[in-house]
Amino acid sequence: MVPLPFALPFAELEVGQQFYWHLANFNVHGQVFLSSWVVIGALLALVVVGTRKMEREPRGVQNLLEFLWSYIRDLAREQIGEKAYRDWLPFIGTLFLFIFVCNWGGALIPWKLIELPNGELGAPTADINTTVALALLVSLAYFYAGLSRKGLRYFEYYVDPTPIMLPFKIIEDFTKPLSLSFRLFGNILADELVVAVLAFLVPLVVPLPAMFLGLFTSAIQALIFATLAANYIGEAVHEEHH
Amino acid sequence: MTSWLLLATADAVSGVASGAPEGGLFDLDATLPLMAVQVVLLTFILNALFFRPVGRAVEDREGFVSTSRAEAKRQLAQAQRLEADLTEQLKEARLEAQKLIVEAEQESDKLYREALALAQAEANAVREKARREIEAEKDQAMAALKGESGRLGALIVDRLLATQ
Repeated sequence: MVPLPFALPFAELEVGQQFYWHLANFNVHGQVFLSSWVVIGALLALVVVGTRKMEREPRGVQNLLEFLWSYIRDLAREQIGEKAYRDWLPFIGTLFLFIFVCNWGGALIPWKLIELPNGELGAPTADINTTVALALLVSLAYFYAGLSRKGLRYFEYYVDPTPIMLPFKIIEDFTKPLSLSFRLFGNILADELVVAVLAFLVPLVVPLPAMFLGLFTSAIQALIFATLAANYIGEAVHEEHH
Repeated sequence: MTSWLLLATADAVSGVASGAPEGGLFDLDATLPLMAVQVVLLTFILNALFFRPVGRAVEDREGFVSTSRAEAKRQLAQAQRLEADLTEQLKEARLEAQKLIVEAEQESDKLYREALALAQAEANAVREKARREIEAEKDQAMAALKGESGRLGALIVDRLLATQ
């Protein structure tokens, strides 16, 4: 984004600036990995602390983890179905937890205190690479789920009610990852931009409602992504009862 | 998604060619596959650290709760069966006791009546005997008195006759 005419010292807008690392002729966005490592580290720390001493009567963090687990289980079971949800529970759960901690990490951790040579730290899900990677993983996952469960009969799904559906179902295979990735990317980026613009214009108090709304949106987006991923997998493994 | 991948590679190639990539919002590059690998790794790590142990803990507890419930239900049913059984036994015992009491009362009544009858019969016999003895003695005494009075009468007659 173009630099705005008057610059305050504590709020600047940078969009599309990347902190490049060069790895063997490839460029990667360093800020995405740095912030994703921080949030993954926080997530793993929580998990390790919560599962260190598992008891039959849960205490402390174990309660939270069990709540999360059963929440994710209910989500996966509802979308995928009783028979196959167990295989996909870790994947759906990881998607949900990763996106959730990324979104909230982007909103709650004061990244701006850390100066990078170029670009700025933020939610890893505000980068198109992350969301496309997640969406492609979902695509691979539902193809794999369908093929491994039903073999080549999986492709019956494409002509399911009538063969007329074939082109639409093929297009769906492209629109699914596209909509998944852009929905998440757009929401998180827009949320960050709104907060940044408001903070840029009025530094105090006024951005707070937008920040709370952002937290809400972030949680909802994580839930939507995980639910849709589970739904696609469930669609792929669904057995027709003739 | 092939178009996006093509775009990503094109982007990366152009970036490498020009030396300094110019960035941008839709800058797809090697971040994508690396992030995908990272998420897959995270899936395996979380499966080992989180989903498996927590799932086992939750399901163990659910199993424990359901078996405890079943066990408690079973014990409750057993207790109710025992209670019904004991109530039945108690009722039977009460009836038995009632019967025994009635029998004992009848028995004692009978014994009482028998003893009474026996005692009355004995008393009657004794009385009869005494009456007979009295009768006999009375007869005897009457006979004696009769003899005596006859003798005295004769004596009186003799005396009167003698004086005249």
